[in-house]
Amino acid sequence: MTTQTSIQQKLQSALSPVFLEVNNESHMHDVPEGSESHFKVVIASRRFEGKKLLNRHRLINKILADELQGGVHALALHTMTPEEWLERNGSVRDSPECLGGSKVK
Amino acid sequence: MDVLDRIREQVEGNPVVLYMKGTPQFPMCGFSSRAAAALQDCAVPFSFVNVLSDPEIFENLPRYADWPTFPQLYIDGELIGGCDITLELHANGELQAMVKEAAEKAGGAE
Repeated sequence: MTTQTSIQQKLQSALSPVFLEVNNESHMHDVPEGSESHFKVVIASRRFEGKKLLNRHRLINKILADELQGGVHALALHTMTPEEWLERNGSVRDSPECLGGSKVK
Repeated sequence: MDVLDRIREQVEGNPVVLYMKGTPQFPMCGFSSRAAAALQDCAVPFSFVNVLSDPEIFENLPRYADWPTFPQLYIDGELIGGCDITLELHANGELQAMVKEAAEKAGGAE
């Protein structure tokens, strides 16, 4: 199973999202072709209701702890409740381009 | 000094600390760059630590506040979050208020 699929499946089963998109953005960084190192997750779930951003991100970091300890080097997170998701019409900002720092480790 | 004590001293001794890859002038990572730019936009002085030039902090910061990635923003000794949270708070105006309050609090304590 690819890391992308495993991220998708774990978030799907843990958070029952009303919207989930997992993008592999590794190609934007200085890593070998086909790498699974940089991901962006856009997710809307009822489980985020009443939680501040820090705790929403902590929840995801915990669900994806194995991936983050393994090859996943960057995880851009856009976490919303279903209401916040509707308010934004599904738009989130783009991830930044690489500036070379991921080569160091 | 133990590295975790060193981190504690940094985050508790400064009102606003950004742990980043590179420096605000020469960021080495797009996420660090954006977080630093958001803080600079608040027009309140902040401290930063270049984790690429301090391997011990690079290795150990993730376990300090149980946060796996860089950058990490601390205000008034508390982890606020990474790049996405910093930008979100900046966009809704909360970041400006938070750093201003922390700086005033620190200034008043001197």
